[in-house]
Amino acid sequence: MSTKRKIRIVVAKPGLDSHDRGAKVIARAFRDAGMEVIYTGLWQTPEQIVETALQEDVDVVALSILSGAHMTLFPKITKLMKQKGLNDILVLGGGVIPDEDIPALKKIGIAEVFGPDTPTNTIIKFIKENTQKTK
Amino acid sequence: MNQIKQLVNGVLKGNRRSIAKTITLIENNPHEAQKAVSKLYPHTGKAHIIGITGPTGSGKSTLIEKLVKELRKKRKRVGIIAVDPSSPFTGGAFLGDRIRMQKLSTDKEVFIRSMATRNSPGGLARATRDAVKVLDASGKDVVIVETVGAGQSEVDIIKVAHTVVVVLAPGLGDDIQAIKAGMMEIGDIFVVNKADRENADEAVIDIETMLNMGSEKEKWRPPVIKTTATKDEGTAMLLNRINQHMKYLKKEVFDIQRRQKAETELIEAIKQKTTDSIIDELRRKGELEKLVQEILAKKTDPYSAADALLKERLKRFRTNG
Repeated sequence: MSTKRKIRIVVAKPGLDSHDRGAKVIARAFRDAGMEVIYTGLWQTPEQIVETALQEDVDVVALSILSGAHMTLFPKITKLMKQKGLNDILVLGGGVIPDEDIPALKKIGIAEVFGPDTPTNTIIKFIKENTQKTK
Repeated sequence: MNQIKQLVNGVLKGNRRSIAKTITLIENNPHEAQKAVSKLYPHTGKAHIIGITGPTGSGKSTLIEKLVKELRKKRKRVGIIAVDPSSPFTGGAFLGDRIRMQKLSTDKEVFIRSMATRNSPGGLARATRDAVKVLDASGKDVVIVETVGAGQSEVDIIKVAHTVVVVLAPGLGDDIQAIKAGMMEIGDIFVVNKADRENADEAVIDIETMLNMGSEKEKWRPPVIKTTATKDEGTAMLLNRINQHMKYLKKEVFDIQRRQKAETELIEAIKQKTTDSIIDELRRKGELEKLVQEILAKKTDPYSAADALLKERLKRFRTNG
């Protein structure tokens, strides 16, 4: 009876933009890499995303955003996560995020930011390496 | 052990983080989780467990969202386990049921957990039954289990749920024909969802006809109701029928059903534990590999090998007993 850990990951789209093709492509790539992907759909509030992460007991929260509101929404999400004691979850950002915003996002707890042309394998490798460390 | 104690206390207080962590433990390490489940067991048996099953695309998740809205009006606390299939090739899974339940996700009295089958057959995951117990013990009044939705082999739900709701939709081609075999027998309530579509009435008649072919000895004749979940039509009626079914169970067959469930569960636990321990032992001693090689060399076949193995072990069983 060995312990069978599976990486559980929530792919969420915070905010108001209506394009989730990228998020779906990523979700599919995660699934094909053997992860259990909880997909929440569009227009998620920070509260919804954090509560989903809590109930689903995920290892990773992957946030995809195209609307430009990442500097307001991402801090709200990481703050709420801290409040609820979700300190061991890896938070990733993706979508359209200008390079100059990345240092500030990392400071508030976003582990890494992946731009639109990142190969999915790069992201998967990052997740596998960084979830093994914390658990 | 301390960790287990903490989890159990948390679950009994209804702490959502503890509930989530306990379900993860059940999924990843059933052996260790058993300690927690055993401690929770005396606190179970209070929730009404509702199974929602039916083919893909019939609208199960949307219907559940609306049903929970009705339950929340009556201040019922609700747990939901939504099961989706794992890929048999990669082990990964896409769990998308929350998309249709977004409005419930911040209600503190509603707990939703998505669960991958991890290749267990029968429409549920191996962990589903114990996860239901966790939600039950945490104080939920109603626990809803949504099965995978493949269509035919989802009969495991009757071992878990008190009330099974089969959800169908018009225009799903020959699905109603296809489900004849398994599903007509497991439904306590039939729903024709998406009833604003053409042919909804025909679907109702089809189901009624098939139900009429069943035995007349049963005291509960499954009702067939129409819903349009996207417009929130018919869901109050559905809840009404679900509650009626519970009343019927309590009056007529509840104790029989409970006894039956307990027996099934015990037998399954025995099967699981005996096969697991025999296979573990064979693997450890290298006997399994030896026999695999013999099978490959065509010196024996899998069935004869299994016979020979079990004969030895059963003999040991008898002399010990």
